[in-house]
Amino acid sequence: MQPIADPIVTFRHVQKSYDGENLIVKDLNLDVAQGEFLTLLGPSGSGKTTCLMMLAGFETPTSGEICLDGQRIDTVPPHKRGIGMVFQNYALFPHMTVGENLRFPLAVRKLPAGEIDAKVKRALEMVQLQEFASRYPQQLSGGQQQRIALARALVFEPKLVLMDEPLGALDKQLREHMQLEIKHIHQSLGVTFVFVTHDQGEALTMSDRIAVFDKGIIQQIDRPDALYDAPANAFVASFIGENNALDGHIEHDDGDSCGVRLADGSFLKAANGGVGRAGEAAMLSIRPERVRIVADAEGANRLPAQVEELIYLGDHLRIRLRVAGNTNFTVKTPVSRLERSPGAGQNVHVEIAPEHIRALTPMPA
Amino acid sequence: MSTDTLTLGAASPEPIAGLKQRLRRAERRRKLLYGALIAPLALFLLVAFLWPIGALLMRSIDNPEVRGVLPQTLAILDTWSEDDLPPAEAYAALASELASYKGTPELGGAAKRLNRETPGYRSLIMKTARKMPLAEGVDPQGALMTIDSRWSDVDIWHTIKRTGTPYTAFYMLSALDLDIHADGSLSATPPEEAIYLDILARTFWMSLIVAVCCLLLGFPVAYLMATLPQDKSNTLMIFVLLPFWTSVLVRVAAWIVLLQNEGLVNQALMALGITDAPLQLVFNRTGVYIAMVHILLPFMVLPLYSVMKGISPVYMRAAMSLGCPPFKSFWKVYFPQTLPGIGAGTLLVFIICMGYYITPALLGGPQEQMVSYFIAFYTNQTINWGMAAALSTVLLAATLVLYVFYARRLGANQAPAGR
Repeated sequence: MQPIADPIVTFRHVQKSYDGENLIVKDLNLDVAQGEFLTLLGPSGSGKTTCLMMLAGFETPTSGEICLDGQRIDTVPPHKRGIGMVFQNYALFPHMTVGENLRFPLAVRKLPAGEIDAKVKRALEMVQLQEFASRYPQQLSGGQQQRIALARALVFEPKLVLMDEPLGALDKQLREHMQLEIKHIHQSLGVTFVFVTHDQGEALTMSDRIAVFDKGIIQQIDRPDALYDAPANAFVASFIGENNALDGHIEHDDGDSCGVRLADGSFLKAANGGVGRAGEAAMLSIRPERVRIVADAEGANRLPAQVEELIYLGDHLRIRLRVAGNTNFTVKTPVSRLERSPGAGQNVHVEIAPEHIRALTPMPA
Repeated sequence: MSTDTLTLGAASPEPIAGLKQRLRRAERRRKLLYGALIAPLALFLLVAFLWPIGALLMRSIDNPEVRGVLPQTLAILDTWSEDDLPPAEAYAALASELASYKGTPELGGAAKRLNRETPGYRSLIMKTARKMPLAEGVDPQGALMTIDSRWSDVDIWHTIKRTGTPYTAFYMLSALDLDIHADGSLSATPPEEAIYLDILARTFWMSLIVAVCCLLLGFPVAYLMATLPQDKSNTLMIFVLLPFWTSVLVRVAAWIVLLQNEGLVNQALMALGITDAPLQLVFNRTGVYIAMVHILLPFMVLPLYSVMKGISPVYMRAAMSLGCPPFKSFWKVYFPQTLPGIGAGTLLVFIICMGYYITPALLGGPQEQMVSYFIAFYTNQTINWGMAAALSTVLLAATLVLYVFYARRLGANQAPAGR
């Protein structure tokens, strides 16, 4: 990625260690653009939440610097940073009503009472919970609490809002609804959002850009479609979306494309995702929906396969195949595209266009 | 059975009535089972706890002494106009009843009871009883009046009638420093005789001081325990609980040793040059406060800790992220959530304090004795069960009022739970 002009947040060489032995964040460099929706995505323990907490001021970097609006903030206490935050379990104050919760950040800033009332009203309208001002948080449903937490983080008009897995406690349907709602609020306000999640579907749905974290390092930072279609390494390929991995060796390297000899001797042409020179190991990443099942071997980039299992899912069919020694090779195909569904145990062939196979450096074991 | 389910679907009222019956029967069975499960404990509590307490409290209004000795006299006095001297039959009945109970402990009890109401009555009864029985054919009225002229006083007879009721408010009123007069009117006991209201106020005041001291000392400890990692807070918990495992008597004795004039504390203070002469730390209020706070501290720390343990540290972070400085966040967001713990701990310490006996008795002077001391005094020393029971009732009532007040306040303050 090219550097971002006029970023709102910059991390420069930030490191964090809790025990003095292991770095939970290793040399983090990250720019957050004005007004964007950036998601920090990664498995637990990858350092994404630590990054968020350092930005919020609840953790101090072991080294490096963090700037907000060009000002160094890594020594500023959290209450002076003016950053809105939505916590995992909402952290709505249980002894205050919804209205009092929303007034809290405004009253702390000693705003005149009339202005506070107006802002609280507007914030409640934004999340469509006007009639709930006098309720206590415990009286609201999970989704409503979530929206109030969001309203509270936005009511004092911060330039930056952080969210730490805010949808984790909701059920699937509500979560999907809230994803869109948060996205729409982001679009209408133009505030910068930094969102932490371990759910890749959530990240793909909501974000302008996603930073994929693993082992304290940003593995790749890019737009959601770019991440999905062009993962930079084996970790990103397997972490985002479904992925079929086939192991092999580079036979020839032609710049943008390359030829790969698989372990069982078959040969595939693939897009070059930054692998090494000929003779080195490579991992082929293939998305399940890019695979076509054909009857014979007559054509380019075809491999013999054996059907292991068929799973009918109404709108599409998942077929588990044995391909080049991988017994977990999954194909997703719309039911309408298949003239005749193959039976388990049948021998077929799979065809994958070279541009949909990405040759990547394998993950170190 | 199958037709039953079919008609149920058609919403006819008859099978629904049957359903209700079945449901009731099932419910009744369950209730019986629950009842059987708690029955042994309920029975034990009734026999060993509720009934004795009730019986004791009844003593505060019970009035058996005079009624037991002078039933006939009282029966005649029932129809007495009360304006002038009672009829001659009353004198005769009194003389015969005094004669038959002469020298018995029952008569002594009745005399004592009458004496509480009108001083000097005891000697009057004893003196009269000694002259019993009267010789044959003597007019009892004239004879009694000759033995003591007080028998011609209408008020003396009023006292008998008044103390002859099955129940009396005398003890309860005394416990509240109120006097009842011959005409039934109430007035405050003259200040030089009134003691119980002062003692009650003292009991409240000392309990309040101890509860506040426990809160001030216990709150930081509980907060520390709630914020420290589990292993460290467990170690701390052992130190908090340690006093629990030692007998109160041993701890009080230890405090006497520590706090006395030549004790460790005074020696240390003098060695450090803080004082020249030993401070009086024991057999006064300071000693009582020190020992009671020490003994009751766990009762404050434990409820506070259990409430604080349930308050997520995220609330403080949330408050700070909303722009609130750390101390103000603590005060506005954390502290209000500890109020149930503060209420429970303070109430617990306060109520236990109200009934404290041993510590003030051993570590205090006369000015530190609380209501319980006087209850013990009346039961053990003067054998005045009525007074002891009346003071117990006052103490129990005060405690219950306090508890109800607390429960109301807490109920009103707490947000309705559940969705």
